Amino acid sequence: MRTTISRRELLAGSGALALTTYASPIRAAAPEPSTITPALIEAAKKEGKVVFYTSIDLPLAEKIAKSFEAKFPGIAVRVERSGAERIFQRIGQEYASKIYAVDCANSSDAAHFVAWKRDGILAPYLPEDVAKFYPADHKDPDGMFASFRTWVSIIAYNSSLVKAEDAPKSFADLLDPKWAGKIVKAHPGYSGTIMTATYQMARDLGWEYFEKLAKQRIMQVQSSADPPKKLALGERAVMADGNEYNIFQLKESGQPVEPVYATEGSPLIVGPNGIFKNAPNPNAARLFQNYCFTPECQQLIVDVGGLRSIHPQVKDKPGRKPWKEVKTMKDDPAAVEKMGEEIKARYSKIFKV
Amino acid sequence: MTATALPLPERAPSAGFDATRLIFYAFALLLCALIVAPMSWLIYYAFVDRTGAFTLSNFAALVTDQSFSDPLITTLILSVSTSAICCAVAAPMGWLVARTDMPGAMLVRYLVTASFVTPPFLGAIAWELLAAPNSGLLNQFYRYVTGAEADAHAVNIYTFPGLVFVIACYTFPYVFVLVANALDRIPGDLEDASSILGSRTWNTARRITVPLALPALLAGALVAFLQAMTLFGSPAILAIPAGYHTMTTKIWSLFQYPPKAELAAAASLPLLILTVLLLRAERRILGRRGYSVVGGKSGQPRLVRLGNLKWPALALCCFVLLNPIILPYGALLNAALSPVASQFVTLKTATLHNIYFVFYELSATKLAVQNTVILGVLTATIGTVLAVVISYLTTREAVRGHRVLNFLATAPVAIPGIVLGVGLFLTYTQPPFVLYGTLWILLIAFITISLPAAYQQLQSAFRSVHPELEDASRILGATRLKALRQITAPLLRTSVIATWCFIFVGTIRELSAAVMLFTSETKVVSVLIFDLNESGDLAAISVLGIMMLTITFAVVIAVNRIPGFGSVRLRNA
Repeated sequence: MRTTISRRELLAGSGALALTTYASPIRAAAPEPSTITPALIEAAKKEGKVVFYTSIDLPLAEKIAKSFEAKFPGIAVRVERSGAERIFQRIGQEYASKIYAVDCANSSDAAHFVAWKRDGILAPYLPEDVAKFYPADHKDPDGMFASFRTWVSIIAYNSSLVKAEDAPKSFADLLDPKWAGKIVKAHPGYSGTIMTATYQMARDLGWEYFEKLAKQRIMQVQSSADPPKKLALGERAVMADGNEYNIFQLKESGQPVEPVYATEGSPLIVGPNGIFKNAPNPNAARLFQNYCFTPECQQLIVDVGGLRSIHPQVKDKPGRKPWKEVKTMKDDPAAVEKMGEEIKARYSKIFKV
Repeated sequence: MTATALPLPERAPSAGFDATRLIFYAFALLLCALIVAPMSWLIYYAFVDRTGAFTLSNFAALVTDQSFSDPLITTLILSVSTSAICCAVAAPMGWLVARTDMPGAMLVRYLVTASFVTPPFLGAIAWELLAAPNSGLLNQFYRYVTGAEADAHAVNIYTFPGLVFVIACYTFPYVFVLVANALDRIPGDLEDASSILGSRTWNTARRITVPLALPALLAGALVAFLQAMTLFGSPAILAIPAGYHTMTTKIWSLFQYPPKAELAAAASLPLLILTVLLLRAERRILGRRGYSVVGGKSGQPRLVRLGNLKWPALALCCFVLLNPIILPYGALLNAALSPVASQFVTLKTATLHNIYFVFYELSATKLAVQNTVILGVLTATIGTVLAVVISYLTTREAVRGHRVLNFLATAPVAIPGIVLGVGLFLTYTQPPFVLYGTLWILLIAFITISLPAAYQQLQSAFRSVHPELEDASRILGATRLKALRQITAPLLRTSVIATWCFIFVGTIRELSAAVMLFTSETKVVSVLIFDLNESGDLAAISVLGIMMLTITFAVVIAVNRIPGFGSVRLRNA
């Protein structure tokens, strides 16, 4: 039907897909860096609100919203949270029906920004901090988006159910029959984090890995924020994938969860932010986008959220594994963009849902 | 479901202009738009490919692709098992309540009503809290009592029997109501005759009461089958974590990116056809019941004396009602007040943080509550008006062609919520009527879903008001509409208010159509709860769920205060 033709299918013939990270076939001049000016704040206040579509774990997303509202009183942030793949579907569906509800989006599947940029629905806007402090591989050359947050998808375990010496050290360890029925795992059809992670793991470990993992009678949840929560509840002993940042939050609040950085490397997740051309509140969108990359907001998502920041002025929180020491797999949004559908289909076939 | 029409006096067609005719056409047209449009698009899409060319490949995929045939088989087994369990539980309970001197029968009826109005998806989430194999409260309790190891569990809700159990918890009231209702109506004199002829109490029950109630039980079995087959929330919450789909969750998953509307349409058709067939079967069965008890309203039903068994009987009923009501509500309350949903809350650990989060930090709450209330009120109001007018036109046979209206108003019963959702999505995301993204599309869905039950309630209310009252008014010179307003309306006030509340309660808990049709601006509370479940925010769900239950019970209790409605609701539910 008209409204649901796959964008990837439509554009598959247009070629120009052999891209490296964030490289773009259309090279326009990057926009001038923008600062937060009184005029912008005034214009944003007239709009009174900003709508933020994101896949950040809900309580953290609301904390970011509240910090923005505290700094800029009179501008309400409405957080629309779902899995990144759902957000992508939602925006696609809404735009196909000419519903322009989203101001600013943050996705845990960086491939979405490749698609949105190509569709021409993003607005260029370059916050000053991004221009000054962010390295080239974490910002779009045309100023359409930049890396708001990074983290890894990790293994973790419940330390009251599993002793440290018995805990898995690698993805291969999870295939040990002793973990059968004890693993919780999130879904790439819902979560951008897991979509990205599934691509990297299938590339580096092969799909056979997932075929074997499927025999472990995993508990299949949707969001990558959920496996950490299921660990904290004590519902499962080990998670095969999920957000590092949720594990930090839970561990630091006293829950019995421990992160494990797999010896094979942990899938690297990058969550860019961008604003939309047809944003209903364009000024509030710019203000919000700008605020998101300030050291203040970036330090908040690190300290409170457990995320990693690209901003050089932001400090790691003590007690966490320093970002430099984390062995990551290599991310490749362009490849995820191309293979997304195949990954979902293959995953559903292997795991039955 | 429809009772047989009372014979009404033939009337000469009124001369001159009668507004009734106009209203008839308007309503017939409206109902057509509501039902025929989405179903036509659904069927159209099932038979075309992406380019719009005719194809049968969508159906070929259904039959050959295991990812479709597995859910279909699962769904059938699920529906049969649920139906069987519901009958096994609800029939004895219905008998105990209606035909024995068991104490606390009213309490049991109230609690069954409570299970009836509890949103099934909320029950499913509550049962996750109770019976997840490791973190479930019941399993923790089991390990605490038995000293079993950390892995041991007494119950596991993420299994197929677990899903059947949870669905049965919120489906058995349908069977209970039908059975209790039938038993209430069985005339006492048949049983008296049996006793006089020397049968003992139990023998009478076996040879008279049970056979007379059997058609109602069969009808109940079909209704339970349909409920289990068309339910979306519970399988989405309990089956997917365990790694399998039912038809409804499969259809829903076809709308995830990249959406496959054609396949979803094709997969919806088997559900639609099965529902139509089963409803026809149900009507035939209930029609027979009508004959078997006709003419015998003379004697009060005779109550069987249970003697020493009456307290064990009550205990049994209470044990059954632990499952849909007492345990789940307790689990929700516990999760709402506990810092970790799987910990038993104590006075020391109790926290208001979750409540604060939902009402002060969660920015989606306000809009969702607002949308839900707006939709609840509008659906209830418009649905009631529609039902009043249509039941007037059909019971008074006011216009020629009233049977068409009767059919159209009853037809949505045969459309499962998720199928209606797919149909409406296909209809209203493209010109000329792009209603997607507005509350209108949800309003249309909710009105369509609630119309049949509302219509049936009001139809029987209209039948209870004899037309001679209206005739008197018309003879004195009133028009049809004036007679309706001045004579019939005041007499029907109670039923109309009851219907309004009935629709309101049904609308605020609707999930299966809403989940196909919402956008970020038109999210409702049920969808918000479903969203929160996918990210594992159980505490927030518990708070929202308790809020939803509070509103529901406030409305139900308000309605029960209207004289005479307490029993009406159970009979017509």
